[in-house]
Amino acid sequence: MDYAKLGLKVGLEVHQELATEHKLFCKCPPLLFRDEPEYTFIRRLRPSQSELGEIDPAALFEFLKGKTIVYEANRETSCLVEMDEEPPGPLNPEALDICLTFTLLTGGAPVDEVHVMRKIVVDGSNTTGFQRTCVTSLGGQLEIGDKTYSLQQVGLEEDAARKIAEEGGVSRYRIDRLGIPLIEVTTDPVIYSPEEAEEVALAIGQILRATGKVRRGLGTIRQDVNISIVGGALIEIKGVQELNLVSKVVEYEVQRQVKLIELVELLKERGVKATDIKDEPLDVSDLFAKTKSRIVKNALGRGGRVLAVKLGGFAGCVGMELCPDRRLGTEMADHAKFAGGVRGIFHTDELPAYDITVEEVEALRKRVGASDADAVVIVADEEESCRKALSAVVKRAKEALEGVPSETRAANPDGTTHFTRPRPGAARMYPETDVPPIVVSSERIAGLRANLPEMPEVKLERFTADYGINEKLARQVINSDYTQLYEEMMGEGLADPVQLAVTLTEDFRGLQRDGVEIGSISDALIRDTFGLLKAGKTAKESLPQIFTWLAENSGGSPADALDALGLGMIGVDELRRMVEAKVTENREMVERMGDRAMGPLMGMMMGEVRGRAEAKDVQALLREAIGALTRE
Amino acid sequence: MSEERLHGYRGKLREALEAAGVGIGDLLRIDSGDGSFEGSLMPRVETADDWHIVLKMKSGYNVGIAFDEGAKVVRLGQAEKPEFRPPPLPEVKQGLPRVSIVSTGGTIASRVDYITGGVHAAMSSKDLLSIVPELSDIAAVDANILYSTFSENIDAEQWTGIARRVAEKVKEGSQGVVITHGTDTLGYSSAALSFALRNLPIPVIFVGSQRSSDRPSSDAATNLLGVVSTAAHAPFAEVVLGMHETTSDTSIIFHWGTKARKLHTSTRYAFQSVNAEPLARYVDGKVEMVAERYRKRGEGELELMDSFESKVALIKFHPGFQPSTVDWYVDDGYKGIILEGTGLGHVSTGLYDALRRAVKAGVVLGMAPQCVWGRIDMDVYSTGRELQEIGVEPLGDMLAETAFVKLRWALANSDDTEGALDLMRRNIAGEYSDRTLYTGRFG
Repeated sequence: MDYAKLGLKVGLEVHQELATEHKLFCKCPPLLFRDEPEYTFIRRLRPSQSELGEIDPAALFEFLKGKTIVYEANRETSCLVEMDEEPPGPLNPEALDICLTFTLLTGGAPVDEVHVMRKIVVDGSNTTGFQRTCVTSLGGQLEIGDKTYSLQQVGLEEDAARKIAEEGGVSRYRIDRLGIPLIEVTTDPVIYSPEEAEEVALAIGQILRATGKVRRGLGTIRQDVNISIVGGALIEIKGVQELNLVSKVVEYEVQRQVKLIELVELLKERGVKATDIKDEPLDVSDLFAKTKSRIVKNALGRGGRVLAVKLGGFAGCVGMELCPDRRLGTEMADHAKFAGGVRGIFHTDELPAYDITVEEVEALRKRVGASDADAVVIVADEEESCRKALSAVVKRAKEALEGVPSETRAANPDGTTHFTRPRPGAARMYPETDVPPIVVSSERIAGLRANLPEMPEVKLERFTADYGINEKLARQVINSDYTQLYEEMMGEGLADPVQLAVTLTEDFRGLQRDGVEIGSISDALIRDTFGLLKAGKTAKESLPQIFTWLAENSGGSPADALDALGLGMIGVDELRRMVEAKVTENREMVERMGDRAMGPLMGMMMGEVRGRAEAKDVQALLREAIGALTRE
Repeated sequence: MSEERLHGYRGKLREALEAAGVGIGDLLRIDSGDGSFEGSLMPRVETADDWHIVLKMKSGYNVGIAFDEGAKVVRLGQAEKPEFRPPPLPEVKQGLPRVSIVSTGGTIASRVDYITGGVHAAMSSKDLLSIVPELSDIAAVDANILYSTFSENIDAEQWTGIARRVAEKVKEGSQGVVITHGTDTLGYSSAALSFALRNLPIPVIFVGSQRSSDRPSSDAATNLLGVVSTAAHAPFAEVVLGMHETTSDTSIIFHWGTKARKLHTSTRYAFQSVNAEPLARYVDGKVEMVAERYRKRGEGELELMDSFESKVALIKFHPGFQPSTVDWYVDDGYKGIILEGTGLGHVSTGLYDALRRAVKAGVVLGMAPQCVWGRIDMDVYSTGRELQEIGVEPLGDMLAETAFVKLRWALANSDDTEGALDLMRRNIAGEYSDRTLYTGRFG
């Protein structure tokens, strides 16, 4: 892909949760809870008008879906402010300081007076129906290698509630996360390739971590990627949680847009016009009266219908792949699901399949008057849902004649994306009048400037020098969420520098990949665990098990883990007894092999006592025991 | 004219803006020591300082830029002036019951005003209708503004005005009247109308909202839908107050106008029935009666008793309360005083003389509970008995705020002290309950 030729422009928005003492607008702690909620309450959100008198299309879209929202909460993490039952408190000054620190580290210009705004969000993720957000500085830049990337602004906003479930017309959200401060770093659209996007995201993450005040764990950092190519559209892709997905997301989106632009040409060549595509679905239920397709049969059985719409000139286009595993048909299906709540659509580019037969397809084509050049889309569901779904399909087909529709999309785990909601306009923001503007004084800036944290490159040099760890390991620690903890623990002499570095980076990452929620383990617990190691209460081999147990048993201590897992150190007398017993058991082998019995015996012993005895101690005792036996 | 064009800007900054010919909404650029900033000029809150300029950037965010003497302001163009455009009114359907909405203001009839930077009573009921279009499916609504004020500014003059407007609506054939009102003194107004409107033939329902109606989570819409529907269909002809029952948007509860108090500064369910059960509830699109005894719709000819005496005081007793304060009221010509006494209805012995003096001067004295919940009983302790002897009237389980309103009403609608006391003792509009039921915690 010649990204330059395509005129690719990418902008990044990085949202990172801050590790402040309190939430952004109240004194609740910024914590999440996993137990059952202490209480719930029910709300409906209605769209409203912004300062400029317009109704936001995204807001209207959500309301028209007729949703009820159930909120879950507990008293430890939520108060009346999160419930929208009390006006917000003042803007958390600690959070503002962190943003200003980031600004100073990147050479930006803090605004003189911070104005908190209300950004309308009516999907239920904010109890008020808006998100409180503000800009704290404009401009700034990142230096990566010999390139400079300009920043548009740095903002501060409250995180949203977490979606727990969605069933029928009811969405369930948990408001523990609501109100946790987020720093939002927005770049200018000056990134021109997928690789650069990932580098920039990494750089921003590094500087954020350098402040030492960011929360860690899955979901505490989210990247939104804005992508456009010439002739395409500016697409906002939200919620890319993993850094290594950023470049893929850009790559696949470019592919998708390029394909859609090609599709415009193809349809033009075929002479397809918008007026040819009519939102006039036909009821074709009778054609499927005896179908073997389970989906269709079930829908009809529940009293539903099968409706069909003809897309003139679209044969081969609906099945056209836009990016890996996603076709125009997939896009249409997403829109159909959203509009009609249906489970999916079928289209003639993929049929016969799913137990829909060639005969049924032929009958279908005949009924709707579709030639080989045309595609037909069918839906099987409640009639009203079918109509809404097919309207959306027709709309998307008409958009395909124009190019790339402007929309908000969300990232899939493989880096492709799917449509989520209509793109919001700037009209959806107005002043948060319950919070007075905050003047950013020059004294405050001077104070922060005098106490700037160390930038990553400086830290790297210092780490390799002071801790004697190699550059690769040092870089890993600095890129991790544990830089500060590492320094503190090294300062207190709590652990071996290499052991600690490896544990906090490679081992933790490995455990995370295996599904262990490492992010939930507090600094204190990590300290205590290494404390046990230092005190000789356990061996380093047991660390992964201890951390796994801690992640799964909130409220437990490392000592509890040792008890629960039976990982306490075996006393020297007991160990000697075990060694002597093992040697006696294998007397014959020892007599035969002499010293060389050490190897297999070590294997057997460590298999039994791994994590509860140091290998060197076992080895010493074995040597003694073997020696004693051979001397007899 | 330039008053509105540069609302909130003063001093040197204002001069610079005027010199550049910019007004609110215009696109401008300001070049100052820190750099160059472009955006549309937004109004400034009057209570903020006079050296920051508020710009709305293209992203939609507002920022404040400090203005210094060396800064240059250049007008770049005219942007859209922020203006509230209500969506078109829904069609009036035929055959629906007629409900009148009388707006006196309050958060429910307000919106975020970009001019002052605060919540501003600026929306007519018509605007509200167009934002809650479902109302047109429930009733044939006629809406008009009577007052446009925060309710802390409402006084007896407005109570009288509201009562007269309700009477007009009854005459015009309304089947229910809804009065939008700020929640701060909503309890006082609903009590006032409960006394002023005698022999009501239709429901009169006060409603407010705790969250501004410009925000998606506002309780305004659910409250309005519940009360308009109830005004149209409910079987009762009483003055009531309808608000959220709980924090959820699931039910609207109707309190007797004389038995409701705002018991929380900010929650949707701030109003609770005190020393009484609510009258009715609106849930799942229907009105459910809770009370068994109530005035029924259609039974009677409305009689207005809409005058209120202004020289009545509501005094909250506290340790160290000085008799000279009571003396002051008496000397100032006050005709009635409601004492919010402690416990079962007590004040300190230090006030006895001043209270005797008041009674002698013809001032009507009543005792209501500072505790909010529970009833006054001045027979239990010597203090209470002594106060009764002095001439302080125990007022049962009436709310202090309601007692204050009632005394204003009683004094204006009687010829003398005895007449007023007689009215005070009678249960006119449900302000007294015979029995105090167990309710558990009330917070």
